[in-house]
Amino acid sequence: MKISKEKFGQSVDALSSDYRLIAPVSEAGGVNYKAVKSFSDVKQDYLNSKLPPKSLFFPQHEKLISYVKNGKDVTVKNELKVEKTILFGVRPCDAKGLLLLDKVFKNDQYQDPYYYERRNNTVVIGMACKTIAPTCFCSSMGLSPASSEGADIFLIDLGDSYDLEIITEKGKALLGDLGLSELTAQEQALVDAVKSAQTTSQVDVSTITEKLDKMFDNPYWENLQEKCLGCNTCSFSCPTCHCFDISEEVCQNSGSRVRTWDACMAPLFTLHGSGHNPRSTQKARWRQRMMHKFNYFVHNNGDIACVGCGRCIRSCPVNMDMRQIIDGVNKAELVVE
Amino acid sequence: MSSVTEEIRETARQLLADGKVDVVIGYEKGSLPLKATPCFVRTVQDVDKLIWDETCENNLAAFSYKISGKKAIITKGCDSRALVVLLQENQLVKDDLYIIGVSCQGVVDKRKIENELGEIIEATIADGKISVKGMSGSGEFTFAEVKDATCQTCRYPNPVIEDIHLGGTVEVPEQAVLFADVLEMEAKSDSEREAYFGEQMDKCIRCYSCRNACPLCYCQECFVDCNTPRWLTGGVNRAENLFFQAGRVLHLAGRCVDCGTCSRACPQGVDIRALNRKMSRDVLEMYQHESGISEDVKPALNVYSGDDPEAFLVKE
Repeated sequence: MKISKEKFGQSVDALSSDYRLIAPVSEAGGVNYKAVKSFSDVKQDYLNSKLPPKSLFFPQHEKLISYVKNGKDVTVKNELKVEKTILFGVRPCDAKGLLLLDKVFKNDQYQDPYYYERRNNTVVIGMACKTIAPTCFCSSMGLSPASSEGADIFLIDLGDSYDLEIITEKGKALLGDLGLSELTAQEQALVDAVKSAQTTSQVDVSTITEKLDKMFDNPYWENLQEKCLGCNTCSFSCPTCHCFDISEEVCQNSGSRVRTWDACMAPLFTLHGSGHNPRSTQKARWRQRMMHKFNYFVHNNGDIACVGCGRCIRSCPVNMDMRQIIDGVNKAELVVE
Repeated sequence: MSSVTEEIRETARQLLADGKVDVVIGYEKGSLPLKATPCFVRTVQDVDKLIWDETCENNLAAFSYKISGKKAIITKGCDSRALVVLLQENQLVKDDLYIIGVSCQGVVDKRKIENELGEIIEATIADGKISVKGMSGSGEFTFAEVKDATCQTCRYPNPVIEDIHLGGTVEVPEQAVLFADVLEMEAKSDSEREAYFGEQMDKCIRCYSCRNACPLCYCQECFVDCNTPRWLTGGVNRAENLFFQAGRVLHLAGRCVDCGTCSRACPQGVDIRALNRKMSRDVLEMYQHESGISEDVKPALNVYSGDDPEAFLVKE
């Protein structure tokens, strides 16, 4: 069903007293998700955001609580602030990324209050990709440039209008009755073409989890990481990486407990207070990266923790290419004991 | 294939066959267009991976102290300056090092192309022209148009230290005014500079790719990672980011060799080099010192002279 962009924008803007609108905008570092005042400020033609929208739910550096000590009295303040949010224009890879983060922070056993509250108060409006980058490989990760998984409302850009699909009750409740019209035959053809598109770049992950079960001590890891600089670029640009560190930032009598993104590529990762680090080499850290995404996460949560957005490939200063590394795992010879 | 590539392969083949080195650190073709990637060749069978062209942008000196054994390194002018500093600072054993010098015409700044044509689908380099098919169109660029900013002001395209030189040498272009970019920045008002660097620092995501790509950032514990005491927080904002970047630059005073690998490594396009260049110019002005030019010239901060300028301390 179809809605004009003008009418859609009016409907979203009409909600501005209750919801803040977060959407792709152009800024100095590239296109990113930022709060906008009106739907007319939203960037419509973008490939994908430079950084994934995960930081809206799981910020890179977040105050959990703050405290002031006065003699023996301690005043503690919860720093959680939640605003009702419409998150507009999320690409299928990133929408799936949020579903994967849900498995960590918002599951049956555990609900992280900070993530959980923000997530529950956000409506995700997904947007199909009409252009596909050569480094995109979502089609290999069980997605496609038009998969609506993870979105509450899903849009396909038709020029002056959107093809709009309500995916969840949350999405239905947000916009109410929009008075949608039927697609013309020409528009339907465009929608069909977008829906059948696949990424040109592909990898094979069909047996990677089982293969990795047998690869902890494989020589494949020995030289894989040799050129890796050990920076945080891949982790920080990944929509599914979620490791964090909790520390105290204290100044005299007051301070706060903060949660900061951690990254498995960095030497500080899993460094114990004793000085011991069970992953003291870049080899061990790269193995951890691959195992976590393609093995442990699958065993624990039933899904691969990679969505094929390609950001790590585009951003790596030394061209570590996840597609090649996956391919290398597939080709690695198993060591027979 | 360029003749330098052939010479590199032949030299690597001989060094490995003769057992003179355990590994040759060089470049191979990357998985992305216009992107070479560092590689480590340990067997004669692998030498044909090695390449040399305008996409060899990483500073391989950054690997020189991480890779053990006797090693040969493909070395551009700027890489050689980094090796000089590393040797001076006792980070390398000269006998373990075989420097394969190549003169460098400069490297391609992919970002300039991608700003115009979107992500690059395919590209070819021939006769000084770069033909590119990008996501939003095709185009042809001269090498000069898309040369990295660092290389445009480079005064040391030829290695300053080497065990063998392959290929020809590159004529050092005359520069009417040295550090013209720094002078331009200095001419701006405080508020203009604040706005410029503020915008740059807003882009930084503290991934530390600049620090990790830098051949001279080899501290075992960087001040940003230290937690006793904690010098700065993990907060990603203008002030904390500038504290990190400025701290790094100060730590490179009299050491930075202006290879620009920090700016090229940055996934966010932060103009890190603008800070480093200012520092390099100040060191040159105050101490007549350029880092990594000769092993015999002591680094500026390692020498004390009674008439060292102290304009920053007392009025002179």
